Amino acid sequence: MTSLAWLVPIALGLGGLGLAAFLWALQSGQYEDLEGAAYRALEDEPPAPSERR
Amino acid sequence: MDRPGALSESETSAAYSTGNTASAGSSACCTMRAAATSPALGGAAKAASIPPALQTVTLAVENMVCGGCMRKVEQALIAAPGVASARANLSAKRVTVVFADRQEAGAMRLIDTLAGVGFRAAELAPEAIEAGRDDSRRFLARVAVAGFAAMNIMLFSVSVWAGSEAGDPIHKLFFWLSAAIALPTVAYAGQPFYSSAWAALKRGRLNMDVPISLAIILSATMSLYQTIRGGDQVYFDASVTLLFFLLIGRYLDQRVRTRARGAAENILSLKAQWAYVIASDGSVERLPSRLVEPGMRIAVAAGERFPADGVIVHGTTSIDESLITGETMPRQTGINATVYAGSVNLGAPVEMEARAAEADTLLAQIARLMETAEQARGRYVRLADRAAQFYAPAVHTLAALAFIGWMFAGAGWEYSLTIAIAVLIITCPCALALAVPAVQVAASARLFDRGILLKAADGLERLAETGIAVFDKTGTLTAGVPSLANGAAIGDADLRAAAALASLSRHPYAQAVVAAAKQRFGSVQAASGVEEATGAGLRRVTEAGEERLGSASWCAVPQALADSASLWYVRPGSAPLAFQFEDKLREDAAQAIAALRRAQYRILLLSGDRSEAVAAAAEAAGISDWHAALKPQEKIERIEALKAQGHRVLMVGDGLNDAPALAAANASVSPSTAADVSQTASDAVFQGSKLMAVVELLATARKTRSMAFQNFAIAIGYNMLFVPLAVAGLVTPLIAAIAMSTSSIIVTVNALRLRTAKLELAS
Repeated sequence: MTSLAWLVPIALGLGGLGLAAFLWALQSGQYEDLEGAAYRALEDEPPAPSERR
Repeated sequence: MDRPGALSESETSAAYSTGNTASAGSSACCTMRAAATSPALGGAAKAASIPPALQTVTLAVENMVCGGCMRKVEQALIAAPGVASARANLSAKRVTVVFADRQEAGAMRLIDTLAGVGFRAAELAPEAIEAGRDDSRRFLARVAVAGFAAMNIMLFSVSVWAGSEAGDPIHKLFFWLSAAIALPTVAYAGQPFYSSAWAALKRGRLNMDVPISLAIILSATMSLYQTIRGGDQVYFDASVTLLFFLLIGRYLDQRVRTRARGAAENILSLKAQWAYVIASDGSVERLPSRLVEPGMRIAVAAGERFPADGVIVHGTTSIDESLITGETMPRQTGINATVYAGSVNLGAPVEMEARAAEADTLLAQIARLMETAEQARGRYVRLADRAAQFYAPAVHTLAALAFIGWMFAGAGWEYSLTIAIAVLIITCPCALALAVPAVQVAASARLFDRGILLKAADGLERLAETGIAVFDKTGTLTAGVPSLANGAAIGDADLRAAAALASLSRHPYAQAVVAAAKQRFGSVQAASGVEEATGAGLRRVTEAGEERLGSASWCAVPQALADSASLWYVRPGSAPLAFQFEDKLREDAAQAIAALRRAQYRILLLSGDRSEAVAAAAEAAGISDWHAALKPQEKIERIEALKAQGHRVLMVGDGLNDAPALAAANASVSPSTAADVSQTASDAVFQGSKLMAVVELLATARKTRSMAFQNFAIAIGYNMLFVPLAVAGLVTPLIAAIAMSTSSIIVTVNALRLRTAKLELAS
C-alpha cells in the first residue's frame, strides 16, 4: 500500500504539469492562430528577431 | 497648415486606442509581450524611440490565405519604417502591427505597403478586434481544467470500482482526493452554466442551464456529504465528466460564431472607404471614413463611393444610389443635394460636406425603423430552451416523486435523497444540452467552408422555420451592375470604337460597354483625346469628325428615337447606334428560385426600383408575385402583414433600404456586397456571386433542425432506459458515468455527419 503514497502524487503531479503547460500555452497566445502555426513550423529561416516572443 | 498633423492625430485616436484597450485586458498578453520584448531583441537603435505605451494596429488582410502569403505580409510590414513587429494570424486573416515610431508608420502607410506586395488590407475598428477572443480563451481554460479533473477523478473512480472493499481506508482516501479535485473544478469551470441559469431564473424563465447547474451542484454536494459520512454513493466523476463534455460543446459553439463574426467584420472593414478631407487651408488629408465627423468637407472623385452622408457643396454629378434605394437609374444631383454614404459618384469630382443624419432624411427614417424592427426579434426562444421548459419541470418532478416514494416505502430520508439525486444525475440533460449546439457547430463549420457566414446564434433555427422568401431585386436577385442587353445587334467595329471611348469613363453604362467588348475581343484599346461631360457623355475629335457616346441629347438623337435606349453612339457618316442595358440577374437566380419553389417556399419580390425593371427581373427569375417602387416603410409593412398572418418570413436583401426589412423579418440573409447596415442586420452573409448560397443555407438550416430533433430523440431514449433504473435505486456511480458519457458521444458523432452530408432543400 505504500506504493500508493508515491503513485498518487506522481499521477496527479504529471496531470497537473500537463494542465499547467496547457494553461501557459493558452495564456501566451499559442492557440490564437492554429492554422498559421502549422505553416510557421515549416519555415526554413528563423523568425526575425523582432517577431520572436 | 491650419490643422497640423490632422492625419496622425486622428490615427492616434483610432489605431492607438487598440493598444490601450489591450493593455487593460489580460488577453493582450501576446501583443504586449511582443511589445515588451521587441525593443530588447530588435536592437538599441529602435528601443530609444519607443514611447512607454507602445501602440498597435490590427489590419484585416483579404487575400492572405497560405503560409507563404503570411510570411510575405509579415516581412513587408517589418521592413516598413517605424514598425517594431508584425504578427500575422492566418486563421483570422489579420495582422497585428506594433509600432516603434508612430509618426513614421501610420495605418494608411502600412495598407499602402501591403498593396504594394499585392495584398488588400484594411484597418479594423478597435472594438472589432478584441471581441470574443477573451471569452474564447477563458472557455478553453475551463475546458482544460474540467478535462484534467475528469481524467484524474476517473483514475480514482476506476480503482474504486475495480474492486476495493467498501470501508477500506484507501477507498475513503480516494474519495477525499476526488473531492479535493472536483469541488474547485465545479466551482470554477461550471460558472458559465450557473450564471446563465441564474439569469434565466431571475427573469422567471427556465433554460437548459437550470437542470444542468442543479445536477452538477447537487451531485457534487451529495457526493461530498457521502464522503464525509463514509458512504459509497459518490458521483464526483459523473459530475465533472458531465461538466467537461458540456464545456466542450459550449466552447466549440462559441468558437465557430466568433470566427464567423470575425470574418464578417473583416468584410466590412475591407469595404470601408477613405475620405479625402479638405482642411480649411485647402490641403487634403486621407482618413478612414468611419472617422469622418459632421462639418468636414470631403472631396469625392468620379467613380468613388461617398464616404459619409451629407450634402454636395461644390460641383454637379450623377450618382448611382442602387445600394441605398434599389433604384438602378443614376440620379442627377447638384449643389445642396443630399447624398448617402455608399452611393457611387459616377460623373465628375465633387465636394461634399458631411452632415449628421437629420430627422427627416432617409437614413434617420431607416434608423428609426430598424430600432422598432429589432426589438421584435429579441423575443425568439431558442429550441433548446423551449425543450428545457418542458424537460426541466418533468425531471424535477420525477426526482421529487422518487424521493417521496422511497420515503413512503420507509427507506429513510438519506437513502431516498440519494435515489432522487441519482435520478437527477441520470436525467441531467447532458446529451440533451449537447443535442443542439453539436449540430449547430457542424452546420456553421459546413457553411463557413462554403463562404456563408452565420452570425446570429439562433439564426439557423429561425431560418429553418421560414416558409416565405422575400427577395430584393437590385444587388440581390441581380448582380447590381448594368450589362449590355442588345450586344447582338451591334457590329464588331462599332462596339470596338464605342468601347475605346467608354473605357475612359467610370459610368456603369460605359463600363458595361467595355465589359461587353472585352468579352467579344478579349481586350479593349483606349482612345486618346477623349473628353467627358458630366452627366452627358464622352466625345473625341478625330480626322473624320466628332465621335460622341452618351445620352440621347448629347448625341443629338432625334426625339422620336430618344426613349428607346439609354446610351447612344454617333460617329461621322453613320446613324446613331443605340445601346440598351439591363441589370442582369445573377447567373443562378432562376435556378435558386426554382429550388426554393420546389421546397414549397412562397416567393415575393419587393423592390424599390421602377416597375418595368422589376417586372422584367421577376419574369426572368420566375417570380410571379412582385411589387415595385416600395419605400423601406412599405417593405416592412408587407413583411409585418405576412407575419401577422402567421407566416415566417425570410428576407434576402442588400440595400440600405432593405435594412429595416432585414431586421423585421424572422430571418435574413444578405450578400457580402450589401450595405454595412444591412449586413449587420442579417443573420447570415454569403460571399460570392451565387444566389444558390441561400438555398444551401436554408437546406443546412432545415437539416440542422431535423438533426437536433434526432439528437433529442436519442437523448430522451437514453433517459427512458436509465430513469427506471435510477428510480428503482439500481444505479451505481459506475452506471451513471457510462450512461452519460456514451449518450453524449453518440449525440456528438451524429451531429458530425452534417459537416459533409450532401443536402437537398426539401419541403
